[in-house]
Amino acid sequence: MTVAQGIFYLIAALAVAGGLGVVLARNTVYAALFLILALLAVAGIYILLASEFLALVQVLIYAGAITVLLLFALMLTRVGDLEETMVGAQWPLAVVASILLVGLLITTIATSDWPGDADGMITRIPFETLGEALFRQWAVPFEIASLVLLIALVGAIVLARDEEGDVEEAE
Amino acid sequence: MVSAGLVLLADLVLRDKHRGWLPAVALSGLGAAVIWTVTLILRDREAVAFGGTYSLDTFSIYFKFLFIGVAGLVILASADYVKKLEHQGEFWALLMLATSGMMLLAGARDLILIFVALELTSICQYALAAFVRDGKASEAGLKYILLGAIASAVTLYGMAFLFGISGTTKLVAVDGGTSIASLVLEGDPGTRAALVAGAVLLAAGLSFKVALVPFQMWVPDVYEGAATPVAAFLSVGSKAAGFAVILRVFYQGFGFGPESFISSDWSNMFAAVAAISMTVGNVMALVQTDIRRLLGYSSIAQAGNIAIGVAAVAAGATTGASGVTFFLATYAFTNLGAFFAILAISQRIGSYRIKDYAGMARRAPILAAVLAFCFVSLTGLPPTAGFVAKIYVFNAAVQSDLAWLVIVGVLNSAISAYYYLRVVRHMYLAEPEDESSFSPTPMLAIALGVTALGVLVVGLVPTPLIDAAQRAVEAL
Repeated sequence: MTVAQGIFYLIAALAVAGGLGVVLARNTVYAALFLILALLAVAGIYILLASEFLALVQVLIYAGAITVLLLFALMLTRVGDLEETMVGAQWPLAVVASILLVGLLITTIATSDWPGDADGMITRIPFETLGEALFRQWAVPFEIASLVLLIALVGAIVLARDEEGDVEEAE
Repeated sequence: MVSAGLVLLADLVLRDKHRGWLPAVALSGLGAAVIWTVTLILRDREAVAFGGTYSLDTFSIYFKFLFIGVAGLVILASADYVKKLEHQGEFWALLMLATSGMMLLAGARDLILIFVALELTSICQYALAAFVRDGKASEAGLKYILLGAIASAVTLYGMAFLFGISGTTKLVAVDGGTSIASLVLEGDPGTRAALVAGAVLLAAGLSFKVALVPFQMWVPDVYEGAATPVAAFLSVGSKAAGFAVILRVFYQGFGFGPESFISSDWSNMFAAVAAISMTVGNVMALVQTDIRRLLGYSSIAQAGNIAIGVAAVAAGATTGASGVTFFLATYAFTNLGAFFAILAISQRIGSYRIKDYAGMARRAPILAAVLAFCFVSLTGLPPTAGFVAKIYVFNAAVQSDLAWLVIVGVLNSAISAYYYLRVVRHMYLAEPEDESSFSPTPMLAIALGVTALGVLVVGLVPTPLIDAAQRAVEAL
């Protein structure tokens, strides 16, 4: 096992631990903090793959902005009523289904021949190429994505107009 | 492509002006889209734009016209309904944006574009479902958005698998480069597991959109909670868009027939899902007392019928896939007609309970006749469009050696006849509680007339539409 592999497994374990923490923590604030751990670990994997830009964005937007927003939402809504996350009666079923799915996915990933760089090295993609790809080759999906954000806003405003906090736009 | 852009432009104009002629603006936006699409067709029949991510072929044109037609009819039918709501502008805007998302979906040949367009459509639909402000609509919207978000995540996971194994997001390459289709053609057994896993996850996410079991939980609640015109739009638009993507991904991406080494895998998957959907949908519909919930379960069953066409892959694209495209068009007419008739009746009597429909034939003879006619078509009896569509799809299944699926289908048609015709019997034979008669508003009457005529004409002379449906799938 090379050093890089060792680091990868370490970070991956952190990400999995964070993810489990989000699901298992009974307190919503702890769950949000675990989410930061999981997201930061994913940023670490990006760095390992030499995509600093993705890692940067991941830290800024996900670990930073989104989690802070989540904590703010928890603070502003009556968090006292919802001290503990709800656990449905079907959770044993959900556990079994999740374990089966994880097993299935791991078998699939393990048994397939994934294409990769022949020399096992990671090609580093500079920012310029990334920007050019985003605004030239992928301009259309990019523009549509902005439309998606627009309608998410419109939808949220329409839904929240009269009675506040009744339905929240979860996207 | 630009047609969608034009619709959006019309849409921005319309947002600023809260006037009665908003639906007219929306309709003219659709008209502009039609004209633009026709010009594009006349100039260049087969075109691929934006690095092969978007294509204008017979398939996308067929679905574009279908979506434009559906949106036009829904606008006509909901014009009077929406007047009572606040924020009319947003309603039309969301409706138009959802439609443009669907039109993008019809032409998308790239996983990223498919996903983004799918989200565009879905988020509009979530907001539309919760548009009316009451407890039922909010519950429907919340259920829809939570389950929909999970479905999107599953779809994305499937796409990630496909990208991982192929290194590209293109379903088909224009210049013969690597694409998912070319990878499938190579038939390397090492890629098989990942391809199948991707296919299953994608199918799961898309099954949510088209309401196939076991991803159908949202349907009855949303149909019951959402405004009736919205439910009509969701039932037809979401289903057609979902199946368009399914055909695009599975027929064009994964390939069909003997040259594709995984085609029998996904064909079997859809056959099983079709059989379960038909049975669950029809059996659950038997016990419904609310007519919208009844239509909800019936739409699950119909999704199963359509999926038979997807499963009938061994018969080749011209029989199997064209069955899907043809069925979707007839289903659009029929289901819209049924929803509009229900809208007209229930707006007046203020109830959606089937037992309040008693004696409707005497109170509103035309509405009752249209509703009865649409239900006959949904059952699949002649001389309606639904009959031709069912025969067509069953024929495709027989040709693909899926006779057991046809038997399940026919048995299910018999079950469905019971609950559809029960409503019809109730309208024609039961005594009305209230003798006052009424007729629909002019706009709604036009929409109803078009749908009823569509069901009848396609039922009597199906050949032109079948030809169009077959030409559409030639592009796959």
